[in-house]
Formats: sequence, C-alpha cells, structure tokens
Amino acid sequence: MDTTELLKVIEPDGATPGFDTDLSDAELVHCYRTMLAVRAFDDVCMKLQRAGRIGFSIPNKGIEATQVGAASAIDKTDFLFPSYRDFGMALYHRVPPVEMMHNMFGNELDSAHGRQMPVHFSFVDPIRLYSISSPIGTHIPHAVGAAHAFRLKGEDRVCLVSFGDGGTSSLGFHSGLNFAGVWKAPVVFLCQNNGWAISCPSEEQTASEGYAIKAKAYGMPGIVVDGNDLLAVRQATSDAVARARRGEGPTLIEARTFRMGGHSTSDDPTRYVPAELLEEWGRKDPVTRFQRYLEKEGIWTAKLEEQLTAEVSAEINAAAKVAEGTGQPGLETIFSDVYADLPTHLRKQGEFLFDLTARRGDAAAGDGAFPL
Amino acid sequence: MTASLQILAQDGKPVRSVPELAPERMVELFEHMLHVRCVDQRMLKLQRAGRIGFVGTAKGLEASIIGSAAVLDHRDWLWSGLREGGAAVMRGLPLAEYVAQMYCNSNDTAKGRQMCNHFQHKGSNYPSWSSVIGTQIPHGVGAAFATKRRGEDAVHGIYFGDGATSSNGFHSGMNFAAVWKVPAVFVCVDNGWAISVSSSAQTCAESYADKAVAYGMPGVSVDGNDVLACYEATRSAAERARAGDGPTLVVLKTYRMLGHSSSDDPTRYRDDEEVESWAKRDPILRLERYLTDRGVLQKGAREATEKRLYAEIDAVVHEQEAAPRMALRTLVEDVYAETPRHLREQYNAFHAVVERRGEAEPGDGAFPL
Amino acid sequence: MPTLTLLQAVNDGLKSVMRTDPDVLVFGEDVGLKGGVFLATEGLTNEFGKERCFDTPLSEDGIIGTAIGMAMNGLRPVAEIQFQDFIFPAFDQIVSEAAKLRYRSGGQYTAPMVIRTPYGGGIRGGLYHSQSGEAYFAHTAGLKVVIPSTPHDAKGLLIASIQDPDPVLFMEPKALYRSVKGEVPEDVYTVDLSTLRRVREGKDVTIFCYGAMVPVVEKAATQAAAKGIECTVVDLRTLLPLDEDGVLEAAKSTGRVVVVHEAPRFCGYGAEISALIAERCIEYMEAPVKRVTGFDTPFPNTLEHHYLPDDRRVLDAIEQTFEF
Repeated sequence: MDTTELLKVIEPDGATPGFDTDLSDAELVHCYRTMLAVRAFDDVCMKLQRAGRIGFSIPNKGIEATQVGAASAIDKTDFLFPSYRDFGMALYHRVPPVEMMHNMFGNELDSAHGRQMPVHFSFVDPIRLYSISSPIGTHIPHAVGAAHAFRLKGEDRVCLVSFGDGGTSSLGFHSGLNFAGVWKAPVVFLCQNNGWAISCPSEEQTASEGYAIKAKAYGMPGIVVDGNDLLAVRQATSDAVARARRGEGPTLIEARTFRMGGHSTSDDPTRYVPAELLEEWGRKDPVTRFQRYLEKEGIWTAKLEEQLTAEVSAEINAAAKVAEGTGQPGLETIFSDVYADLPTHLRKQGEFLFDLTARRGDAAAGDGAFPL
Repeated sequence: MTASLQILAQDGKPVRSVPELAPERMVELFEHMLHVRCVDQRMLKLQRAGRIGFVGTAKGLEASIIGSAAVLDHRDWLWSGLREGGAAVMRGLPLAEYVAQMYCNSNDTAKGRQMCNHFQHKGSNYPSWSSVIGTQIPHGVGAAFATKRRGEDAVHGIYFGDGATSSNGFHSGMNFAAVWKVPAVFVCVDNGWAISVSSSAQTCAESYADKAVAYGMPGVSVDGNDVLACYEATRSAAERARAGDGPTLVVLKTYRMLGHSSSDDPTRYRDDEEVESWAKRDPILRLERYLTDRGVLQKGAREATEKRLYAEIDAVVHEQEAAPRMALRTLVEDVYAETPRHLREQYNAFHAVVERRGEAEPGDGAFPL
Repeated sequence: MPTLTLLQAVNDGLKSVMRTDPDVLVFGEDVGLKGGVFLATEGLTNEFGKERCFDTPLSEDGIIGTAIGMAMNGLRPVAEIQFQDFIFPAFDQIVSEAAKLRYRSGGQYTAPMVIRTPYGGGIRGGLYHSQSGEAYFAHTAGLKVVIPSTPHDAKGLLIASIQDPDPVLFMEPKALYRSVKGEVPEDVYTVDLSTLRRVREGKDVTIFCYGAMVPVVEKAATQAAAKGIECTVVDLRTLLPLDEDGVLEAAKSTGRVVVVHEAPRFCGYGAEISALIAERCIEYMEAPVKRVTGFDTPFPNTLEHHYLPDDRRVLDAIEQTFEF
C-alpha cells in the first residue's frame, strides 16, 4: 500500500516510457472520442443554460481523463454510482447523448420524468448508472451495499463509486468505507480530488495529507493517481477492479485533477479560485495530454481529431435539438412512482390537480380525467 | 504506531521509565480506581434489587478512565460517553449527585430526565452525554474551538468507545478538529466490545490509532490497563493541545469485564476464555503490585480503603433513597429558557387531573397563563 | 430607510449583529469568500475576517455538532445549512442534541444558536433543492422554528433568533430572496418570536400562511376582494412556539379558515392549525377548514409550478369555504 507516490503514465509530451497499454487502437480512439464528447456536451449545455433554455448544468472541463479512464476499467455488467460531474462515465459506456439531453431538459422522455434537476442521470441500459442524488456522499454506502449483494450472490461484478474531495467529509464516506472494509465488498472508491468543494479548497476540507491516506482508517489500500492522465487512472482503476473481483476487498483511489470551470452554472469561481492555479492546470489539459500520447503512438492525426470533433458535435447538437423539441412530462408524473401502487390520497390529489388544470384551460390536463 | 505504550507490566514491574508522579498522587489514582469499582459494585447490587433501573459499569476500564482523566485539571472539559462517571467523581462531582443521578430522583441535577448512568457536573466542565453514540464528539470540538478563539488554555478531553469510531460524530468531529487545530484530546476507550460487536469486527483498520492518519493528526495506542501509560499518553497529548499544536487521538486498549449494561448478558456473544485472559490483566491489581513493591502501599491497605469507600457509598445511597418526589412541573420546564404558553397550558390540564385524583403536592400548582 | 431584498436583509441582519456582538460567528459550506450559494453571507469574511465567517468541511453533522459545542462554551454560532434539503445528516444533532440539551441537563447546559437554511421551491431545484421540511422540526420540543416573509421581518426575526436563549431553526424562503423588497431599518432591532403578523384585515375568511406562500396568499386575497370576499391574511412567522391565541382570535373573527403551505399536506403544519381550531373554537366556524398545500409526493422539477400552491388554488379554497 503506497499512499504517497503519484501514479503517472503519460508524460507531458505524450511519451509513456516502459508502459504498454492493454487497449486496442479502436478502444484508445473510443476513449479519445469520449473525452471530446464530454467537452462538446459540456459546451452545448453551458450555452443552453446561458440562453435560458435549460436551468442548470455542471461544468466537466478538466476532469475528462479521470471520468473516462475510470469508466474504461469496468465492464458494462458492473454497477456505476457516479457523482453529478461524470458526463464521461455515461458517454464512455455509450449512453446515447440524447438520453442525457432528455434529463438536461427534464422532458417526458427523461428517465426520471423531469423530477430531478439537470445532470442527475439515471440509466439501466447500456450500463447500470445509479440515479444521482444532490446530497453529497449519500450514494457511497449504496454502492457498498450493492457490491456486498454481488458478493453474497456469488457474482464477480463490482461497483465503481465516484465522488469529490468534499465527499470525503460526508457521513456516507465514513460509513461506506468502513462497511466496505469490514465486509470486503467488491467496490472501488474513486475520489475525484478536483481541488474544490464548490468554494472550499482542500486545506479547509481536511488536515490529512491528501485523500488516499484516509484509506488507512478503513484498512484498505489507498492509491494516488494523476487524474489528468487517462492511462494512469485506467491502470489504477483496473488494478482495483481486479482486486475487488478476486474477493480481496475495496480500494480507495484519489485522482488528482482540477475543476476548470465553476461548480455549476450558478457559481462564479473567480470569487475564490486564484487565476494562477487555473493557468497552471490549464497547461495540464487532460485531453491534450492524451492526444499527444495518441500522436506518439501514430494514432492521432489532425484529420482524426477533426472528424471526431465534427461527429460528436453533430451528435450532441442533434440530441439537444431533439430533447428541446420533446414535450413536458405528463401531469400524472407528479403522482406516479411515489409508491409502487398509487394510494388513495394521492389519487384524490391527482384528480384534484387534473380537474383544476383543465378548468383553467391548460392542455396539460387533457380532458381533465386523471389517467392513473 | 500500532505498538501499544506500556509502562507497567502486569506483575507491577516497570518496563520503561515511570512518569514523575509523587507517591501520594499515585495512591490517589489507586483509590480513585478502587472507588470506581466499589461504586459499580454497589450500583449493580441496587439494580439487582430493583432500586435503580440501569447500570453501565466500568469494571476493567478503571485505569483507562482514571489515568487519562487525571491529566485534565479544573480548567479543562471532559466530554463523556457512558462509562466516565468515575472520572467525574475524581474531578469533583459529589458522590451524592452521582447516586442521585442513578436514582433519577429530585436531587439529580438533570431532574431525572435522563436515564441512569448519564452524569453531568457543571463545576468541572463535564456535560452529560446523550445516549446517541458519538454525538458528543463534535460538541467537544466546537467547545474547544470556542476555547481557542478566546485565547484560553483549557483542553477538551473527548471520550468515546471503539464502536463510536464508526459514528458520524467521530468522522465530522475528528475532521473539523484537525482542520481547526483545536485544543482537544480524543480518548478512544477501546474496551473490546460495542455491546455485542467485538472491536475487531467494527473496522478493518489495523488499529484504531491508525484512524488518526485520515484526519491528519497523531494517533497513539496505549495499554489501557496500565494506569501510568494512560496517564503519560494523555498528558503528552494534552500538553500538545495546550501548546496550540492541535488534537491527538489516544486509543486506550482495555476490556469491558461485564456486560454492556445491567440489561445485557455477555455470555451470549463472547467466550469465557477471553474474559479470563483479561481478568489476569486487572488494572487495579497492576498498580497495587507496583505501589506495594515500592513500599508505598502497606499490606492490607486495599481492604481498608475498600471498607471505607463502601461505608461512604452506603451512607450516600441511604440518603438518596429518602429523596422527595420529583416536582411535576419539571415535566415541562427547561424545554425553553421560558416555559411557553402552550406548555404551561398542557401542564395545567395535566395538573387538574392530578389534583382531581388527590395526588397533587404543594409546589405542583398550575402555571399562571 | 434603505429598501432591501429579503436576501439583503438577512445579510444586513448578520452584519448588524456581528458588529455589536463579537461572540457571533457565521460558518457553513461556502459562506466565506464565495458569500454563500445565494450570497446571504456576502462580504462577511471581508468585514469580520476568517475567524468569524468561515467555510467548514462538507459535513452538516459536523457543522451543527460543533455549533452546539461552541454555544455550550459561550459563543453565538449562526450555522448555515446550504439547502434545507441537506439538513438531514444533521437531523440527529438538531433534534436529539440541540433541542434537548437544556431539558436533559436540567438547565445547566444550553445551546443558544441559529441554524439558517434556505427552503422551498420555485427555483427549479428538483427533489433536493426545494423541500419544505418545517413539519419535521416543528414537531421537536426545545427547538424554535422561524420563517420570515418580508425583508423587515427577516432582519428583525433573525436578530431576535440570534439573541434568543434557545436554538432556533431559521428557514429562509429562497423563492422570496430577491423577489420581495421593503424598507429595513439600519440599526439593530428585533421582531418578537412567537408573534404573528396580520398582513391584511377582512371580515369573511382568514388565511394562515408563512414564508414563500405569503405573497401568493396576498395575491389571492386581492382577487377575492374583487369578488367581494374580504380576507384576513395571517403570516405565522414563528411556527414553534406558535402564537396560538393569535391564531384563534384570527380564526374566530371570520369563522372561515384556509391554511396554505407548500410542504406536503399529510401531517403538515396545516394539520396542527386545523386541529387547534377544531379543538378550541369549532363553535365559531361556519365551514370546515380548507388546506391548500403541496402534494404528498416528492418535489418535482419540470412540473414544480403545478406542484406549488398558487393564487388560483388559494382563491378556489377561499370560495369553497362559502360552499358549505
């Protein structure tokens, strides 16, 4: 267990001395394409939000290598418990961008029926991506429970749970990691140390030497990895996943990266993030770094980049267009899914709302009859 | 970090240099430890006789509790869990108040609102514990923050058991304490069992002291049945805190010889051999041997002290048995600084019923509205 | 007298009291340089330093737990919980510790502190940035629960809460943060807790409400007046301890009652008002009490405007009190 040495694979110039990847060229291109897609998805959402067409988004810029590197290390039969800043995890596993856009618009095709804020995805296909909740760290024990269930059922599947540096202070982190250690649950904890919990820098978050070292309190290995190095994140996560599948228990990975944008579209980071830090991390851009690697490997060409950029841009813009053109969720979705069966008091409340809305001449209520 | 600090071996022979404590002070510690045991003994008896409802004993933990708390002086605060009542008595809680609290009677400073074994003593900065595990940890940290902010040099000893290291309060309290560098000493009395869950099943960490690393503070493991080691480790942590160098986690490895409480039957979940092996490490006997070897304690001193202590305790018990009935108004008082109208009304309605039944006493009267 | 938004009034209240009482300190997540996610604490760190307005690690349990200890040891903490939806990790510390400390220690230890938290819908915050959890807390003896609806009350009630000897949960209607403005005195002043505010006088129907529902009810009352129905509108302001006599008096004065809140109906605060009236002045009632509330569902996002009670739902209820 080494909690201090930073795992790094790709040098700033793209060289990977002494390292051979297990990824095929096509898989490497898919990683690269996913990072470009994250950036495009991010850009489109920021523009939609600025134009007032969606209410909110979470900038993902700077974190792409961590998201994609980690996601690439799990199978689609595994269970993903992401944070709200993990576009790349969904996109890597080929969740169609339009499905994500439906959530950004909260429309009737959104898997959560417009009940959640944007960026709070929930998917079961093509990968199980657990419904995201806004309170911090609550999903960590969920992932541990799910992983323990895999173990009890004798399945060799694992859970990958992702959270930020601030998440380590949450109660879910403490109980989740402790239970996982005691149960030897097949779970990988990915702490994306992006430098900031909204406006709170790491030195105000904890007095410990980084976050990986916290693993010691729970009797599990803690690994520090360069979060802007896709291959390093993939390597660390693959090792942890393999360990989990072998029944040797959980691992905490701290990926050191930097949130290049604000916490959200409602945040102005210039109030608290020093400009020098942004410049410093701007020079460590994870997409450029991976691109240099691909170039050294003879995979990247300007033409490839141009082609992929055009592809993802077209795909995501089209997705936004479709999602924006999709109608609002039906009024009855206020009442459905509260329980498996609709209780009488909710039926009455639904009937009341449909009647009232119809009397107002609002087409959302149709003929005024409650459809459930 | 995982090797435990030990000063006295079980035969009473020092294995490293002994802290500079006057012989009289050591005898005091010995008597406080005996006192803890005698009080427990009497309380258990009262519980078995149905005179009091509940006892959470400290048998086996006397060195941990007395040795660590002995370094906290009158300025300092002690944030307790279930089993630190003996430390409160050592630091000034009158035994009469201790026993009144066990009876939850009208002499109880908490007015009989808490269950038994939840002591408090304002005079020595000893707030009462709620029964919810670990909740006192952030309280101690917040209070230590206030101490630091006012530039005072008090230290906050924050006590909890091995099970509490899994609690919310431990995680947030330890984290906040280290970030704020408050003058606190976290005393984890690892007594082997969180009710029926063994301390080895509570966590997968190699040692409880290792948990300090996660918060960026030092952690030390101590032989919790060695009163001098407990004293020394806590003293050095308190000194560090007082000097402004921040908190420390001190883990006292010991063993709860009896059940979790008088309501618990530990034979259901643990082996006799384990209990016997710890019985051979009795903390009181260890200090007694050391003091006897040094000629500080004379033969028969222990028996004489016990006799004296039991007599004192019995006198106090006798007195507390005769406490008057609890004033009924305490039902609604102290909910707020001033009793609000709705509570006064609720009490008055209740009082009318009591009066009709002829059960009201002078002083129970209705509130003015 | 300056005209401030409710948000500015909260900010002004904090600053005013911090200038006069050095024991008051403000902390929570992002309340420092960022000034809070809604900017309620903007400028505090600059004016009072990091010693008195600072960010904490991301743990609501830690924020409230340490605030209790600070309060027990002579400080006056004003802790912020970023969204009321995030308060639940601290539920134990609020309900079982802060609220019970005085009682369980026989008055020896107390936790005079304020927990400020924005609550309620109207910002497209979905399930976790919209909840109205006042009923969970109003059920807690030892706690005070205060909800302002005007800038003047926001400052005066906040200062009264900070000066109060007991723990106060101060819930700020985030929907009103920037949408209501009013004159706010510059000095330190208080509005007494446990007093209600009669917003509007009318002889026909009494409407009880608080927080973000007050302007909605006022709008409905104006529409009712146009139809010849005169409403008394009561802003409860302090939910616990409630000014019960004030409620009964207002209910009796018209004999018709509507209660409005955006929280779900079942075991919601309106149930307490209805029960109080049923127990204490049913003989004055001309019609059953009507409740206008959020639905008994989690809070939606896209359809929040259908979830939240609006003036037309309130008006319907007013009219229904005449249909009995």
